[in-house]
Amino acid sequence: MSNHLFSPGHTACAGCGQSLAVRLVIDAAGKNTIVANNTGCLEVFSTKYPESAWEVPFVHSLFENAPAVASGVEAALIYLGKKDSINLIAEGGDGGTADIGLQSLSGMWERGHDILYICYDNEAYMNTGIQRSGLTPFSANTTTTPKGVKSFGNPKMKKPMPEIALAHGIPYVATSSIGYPQDITRKVKKAFTIKGPKYLQIHVPCPLGWQYPSNKSLDMGKLAVETGLYPIIEYENGKLVSVRKITPKPVEEYLKAQGRFKQILSNPDEIKKVQAIADNNIAKYGLKSESQPETPAV
Amino acid sequence: MKELLEGSMIVAKAIQLCRPGVISAYPITPQTHIVEELAQMVADGHLNAQFVNVESEHSAASVVLGSEATGVRSYTATSSQGLLLMAEVIFNIAGMRLPIVLTDANRAISAPINIWNDQQDTISLRDAGWIQLYAEDNQEALDFHILAYRLAEDKNIMLPVMVCMDGFILTHGIETVDMPTQEQVDKYLPPYKALYKLDVDNPLTLGPLADPDYYTEARYAIHETQKKALALIPKLTAEFAKVFGRNYNGLIEGYQIKDAERVIVAMGSVCGTIKDVIDELRKKGKKVGLLKITSFRPFPAQEIYEALKNVPKVAVLDRSVSLGSFAPAASEIKACFFGKTKKPKVISSFVAGLGGRDITKDSIKEIYSALTQKEKTCEFIDLKPELLKENYE
Repeated sequence: MSNHLFSPGHTACAGCGQSLAVRLVIDAAGKNTIVANNTGCLEVFSTKYPESAWEVPFVHSLFENAPAVASGVEAALIYLGKKDSINLIAEGGDGGTADIGLQSLSGMWERGHDILYICYDNEAYMNTGIQRSGLTPFSANTTTTPKGVKSFGNPKMKKPMPEIALAHGIPYVATSSIGYPQDITRKVKKAFTIKGPKYLQIHVPCPLGWQYPSNKSLDMGKLAVETGLYPIIEYENGKLVSVRKITPKPVEEYLKAQGRFKQILSNPDEIKKVQAIADNNIAKYGLKSESQPETPAV
Repeated sequence: MKELLEGSMIVAKAIQLCRPGVISAYPITPQTHIVEELAQMVADGHLNAQFVNVESEHSAASVVLGSEATGVRSYTATSSQGLLLMAEVIFNIAGMRLPIVLTDANRAISAPINIWNDQQDTISLRDAGWIQLYAEDNQEALDFHILAYRLAEDKNIMLPVMVCMDGFILTHGIETVDMPTQEQVDKYLPPYKALYKLDVDNPLTLGPLADPDYYTEARYAIHETQKKALALIPKLTAEFAKVFGRNYNGLIEGYQIKDAERVIVAMGSVCGTIKDVIDELRKKGKKVGLLKITSFRPFPAQEIYEALKNVPKVAVLDRSVSLGSFAPAASEIKACFFGKTKKPKVISSFVAGLGGRDITKDSIKEIYSALTQKEKTCEFIDLKPELLKENYE
């Protein structure tokens, strides 16, 4: 037993951003929490039989069904009269959330279950070997959007999951990053003060998939935020209530720190496209210190 | 008490009597009447359960996975494409040893899309680890659901049970059944106490990763437990008879089989038609009989062997196909006799009733007539050659 609800000794890679985020999330949620997990890196490195890193009840079923499994857990707890004292988390990686699991997640939101869904966003299918997901950023080199003479990497933008969540009318939608551990803790605690479905998307850098030294994960998380490429935002009842203000750094600082963007570093036009994504985020959410959001909440 | 009801209402009442705490379902013909009735019972306060409407069968199965893992008796129902969409979760539920009960209103699989009865859906999931019971009529459908929960939740079993009933023929057929009282069901089926569950006071990890050092044993344990179920089912049906006054073997049922020279082996509602034909043919002095298989999983190979070893000619009637191979039940029936000295001289295989084509009394008579010395392999009955664009001879 450690002092944490997610114990050390699991088999995540050195510098794994997800494992750090998981520990912060579950410690913030507390011991009266039940976790339902989509298939991904997480149950592989934390539940290899006969060992488990989890000090709270944990259920892993399939790749895309954690929201539905958690919905069933909630129904059972309501039936047993125990729901009010227990926090429920459903969680998945970016592919399990934005791609294969989006339908079950939409169902969970629409039905209004009192569950916090956490997307651990490391921006590709890392567990299967760094394939592109719907949350892989523009121009990232992955094994299914490889760089080549005709390719600069992923040609698509990240799927706007927070906006999709907001469109469901759920009461709490936020993003966070392991670059800011206290932000994760605060948002998880806040989420559990709000009844209904909640969505928290946490940026969890992956040294293996992004190709950077494993001691730089927190720096990588911060750089994504400081360049405007990963806005840290928080919505309550559809209203933008907080953003992490930044003094924007040029996107090159983030891009050149990782191997996955190497193919565009010598191409100013491609870098401009990435800068435009950051500039759009900065304007849309009013990320620049002392500025206001350009557009009202969705 | 005798009640005249539609099959789906009968099943809904059976489930109500079993007191599930969570029900989740997604609509698909011909399962809908069952879950509509259960939803109404919950709406009227006649059933204290959480009814979770979901966006797909995949989620319906996942919801009951979650609720059962939390220690609450759970129920779902589906059919055809719905069962196939659940397939991934179906395997998962058995692997996690969650004693869920599911009703499948047996229906054909697309393409071509077809909403009518055959048994391709559940047969296609025979290897999932679930126990599969096939009902002949709505009294069996009713009783098998009560038996199913008792069997699934037995601490030596802990496997899910699928009650398979022919879509429309049973689900929409109106029959008189003997409806048990709540007291009877409560006596037979005690409240569910999970061996393992999601509980904040005793945190467990469910659904872990098992590497090659552990996976085989998890699967072996399910396989061996299926065999235990084979031994337990007759005990539970004997106990069932004491409480409810109806006696099932639970694995197989022979009809006019003792002196029979020709026997059809079948599953589901067609057995009723076959019994009628037998009664007619017996009056004419024909020694014909039926072996009904109730439990397809676990497969009662020894019981089938004992029942058929002295029968000269056997016909296996499949209401599904294993496209490109032998018919599903036929191949397993034949396997019961491989290497045995006592065995039928002929085991012929027939396929009929796909996509809701009626298996009439004439169809059955044709099968008895076709049961000659020449063994038939996967012979389609009531085929319309004029509809085929190619000659397959």
